[in-house]
Amino acid sequence: MSSNLLSGAKILLNCLARENVECIFGYPGGVTLPLYDALYDHTIKHVLVRHEENAAFAAQGYARATGKVGVCCATSGPGATNLVTGLVDAMMDSIPIVALTGQVSTKLIGSDAFQEADTFGITRPATKHNFLVKNIADLPQVIHEAFYIAATGRPGPVLVDVTKDVFQAQAHYSPVTEIHLPGYKVYSEGHGGQIRRAAQMIWEAERPFVYAGGGVIAGNASRELVSLVEQIDAPAVCTLMGLGAIPAEHKNFISMPGMHGSYAANMGMTHTDLIIALGVRFDDRVTGRLAAFAPHAKVIHVDVDPAEISKNRAADLPIVGDVKRVLPKLSAELQSLAGEMKAKNAAARQAWWRQIRDWREEHPLTAERSETEIKPQHLMAEIDRLSGGRAIVASDVGQHQMWAAQLVRFNEPRLWINSGGLGSMGFGLPAAIGAQFARPDKLVFAVVGDGGFQMSIPELATIAYYGLPIKIVVMNNGYLGMVRQWQELFYNNRLSQVELSCFPDVEKLAGAYGFTGRTVDDVRELAKALEEAVGDAGPYLLNVKVSPFENVFPMVPAGGAINEMVLRPPQPVEA
Amino acid sequence: MQQIISLLMENKPGALMRVTGLLSQRGYNIESLTVARTLDPTLSRMTITVDVEPIMRAQVIKQMNKLINVLQAIDVTDGPAVNRELVLVRVRTAQQNRTAVLKEAEIFQARVVDSTLEGFALEVTGDPERLDEFVDVMGSYGEIEITRSGIVSMSLDNKKLRLSPPVPRGAAIEEALELQGAD
Ligand SMILES: Cc1ncc(C[n+]2csc(CCOP(=O)(O)OP(=O)(O)O)c2C)c(N)n1
Ligand SMILES: [Mg+2]
Repeated sequence: MSSNLLSGAKILLNCLARENVECIFGYPGGVTLPLYDALYDHTIKHVLVRHEENAAFAAQGYARATGKVGVCCATSGPGATNLVTGLVDAMMDSIPIVALTGQVSTKLIGSDAFQEADTFGITRPATKHNFLVKNIADLPQVIHEAFYIAATGRPGPVLVDVTKDVFQAQAHYSPVTEIHLPGYKVYSEGHGGQIRRAAQMIWEAERPFVYAGGGVIAGNASRELVSLVEQIDAPAVCTLMGLGAIPAEHKNFISMPGMHGSYAANMGMTHTDLIIALGVRFDDRVTGRLAAFAPHAKVIHVDVDPAEISKNRAADLPIVGDVKRVLPKLSAELQSLAGEMKAKNAAARQAWWRQIRDWREEHPLTAERSETEIKPQHLMAEIDRLSGGRAIVASDVGQHQMWAAQLVRFNEPRLWINSGGLGSMGFGLPAAIGAQFARPDKLVFAVVGDGGFQMSIPELATIAYYGLPIKIVVMNNGYLGMVRQWQELFYNNRLSQVELSCFPDVEKLAGAYGFTGRTVDDVRELAKALEEAVGDAGPYLLNVKVSPFENVFPMVPAGGAINEMVLRPPQPVEA
Repeated sequence: MQQIISLLMENKPGALMRVTGLLSQRGYNIESLTVARTLDPTLSRMTITVDVEPIMRAQVIKQMNKLINVLQAIDVTDGPAVNRELVLVRVRTAQQNRTAVLKEAEIFQARVVDSTLEGFALEVTGDPERLDEFVDVMGSYGEIEITRSGIVSMSLDNKKLRLSPPVPRGAAIEEALELQGAD
């Protein structure tokens, strides 16, 4: 059986292949030399990024666009520590990725060896779970456990730290057939009695309101969500993480709630008598001041993670389970009760819808335009036009992110890719790379600010080298806009360290990498410039100079109640 | 307030760090922590005393149960459970108080583990409040030094240990792909 003797590096790659891994985003180094040697002639594709943080973000982009586990790889020490932001980001947004890191040889651990870092310790709070492999016999089991943990239950990042001697050692490889994690509980079905009670509560409600989040996307439960919403004909909002779970053009969809949510969404949340919370976590950016949040509402909360239930807002009816499995059961219960209950509150529900429509008409989310300058909202409306609700938009963090979330329609799940919980600048461009690898068929926009873009510039090389036809749209306001907005509104407009001078000439910049770059600052050329970018077969860098002092509204000031939104900039008072 | 948690966990490297890390990360203060192997040497039993708002107690238990290596975390604060602690006390005392000290020790069922001209070393187990009293009493006889073990707890409830069964490798992935196809 000596023919079956394989190096740890090869065993690891075989395990990845068995997990259907198509590509790894990574960056090599000293202790991963044996792994990269094995990769040299392996079928698994490796994408060489230009910074490990971007390997983690790209793996996330891949995972967010598909639901499959994304994989990234880094060497020991600085390679591993560079991954950390991407891991925490994946943790906050529940994104399934597996990070592979090299570690110094077992006998050197603890000796402050060259490029030794306590990756296992450093990434403990950054991951759903992590492993340190010091024995080749454990390697296959650990790799498969890592994928299982990353993908199941509430998804999240898992890191596997492998010592150099394990990569080099030889062992007989026999495929793992079983995963046994006795302490790892995955709740999926939901409690039948609770589901029945939920159905009753829903028919009894006069002003029901569906609050759907990233859990619906992670659980691939869009279809089930849409049928529920139609069955009960309730208004529905999607959080920043949940955009696309209900098609933006669906008649029941009321946009996004929260700090920069729409008036109708926040008023609906404030006045509802029943929140149907699906795969959400009552994040502070959604609830505003918790004590004032949805004061009249009972809460039905469905989530795979029991710890999310009643964490921030007490649930009147908790259901621990996978939305994908719970929603069809809920629909069946609703159906069986519909005969006796549905008609009961029909009048109240009609009035509720009238109210919602009024709110919507009172303060719609509209993209402002100007004849003389490019308003950022106008830019988003143009991206929306070209996307038609079908393109992938990977966003960075800042004002542009909020405007894109408000104004670009997403008619499918997994199109809107953004760093929600951690809000990591530098996320958008590498995430677009991962998404484009995952979905070569899709038009992919990277919508980034002039600040965040400059955190990602090295990855232009990756985009150029792999010929990824990503449309990079820099919303260039010359500022760290979101921070400037807060300084303007809450710090007496004392603009401290937010001005971004010396933005590079994008024509030269993209040109240096061998693709097209263009700056547009004339509002009359905006539409054509975007069309040209989309029409180009290759990568494209479009730098759009927008009005510098625009602020994102509506806005709930930090600590405010969500119905106390500031709807628009203070108007100059006429004498 | 004090919450007492009894935790059964796999004896894997880093397991202790996961528990303590989780507690500090979520802002809960650890008052005491004891850990040792169980009859099954692959498992450890841990008793943790934390200082939390009563309203957060359920949340702490849920977070503990989310740890992959934790088989079971239960709240034993309100019993039924026996909670015990051990304290070692060194008391320096004047000659004329020696008999009185020994008398007190007897009342608390403490054992003398060392005796010198300066005083005694005493060992006593009991529930934590009783130990507080013992320490106070000994303190009244002279200068003392103490080492406390922290609480060890045993639940008297017949809470069933629910473990996840093995799953075939790849099941999750196949299920995920199937679900995606359905969308
Ligand atoms: C890594 C990181 N550092 C700092 C911040 C704080 N921050 C949030 S938004 C923002 C400004 C982003 O500026 P830009 O990329 O130009 O986008 P804009 O807001 O102007 O659209 C900053 C600095 C962050 N979110 N992430
Ligand atoms: Mg900017």
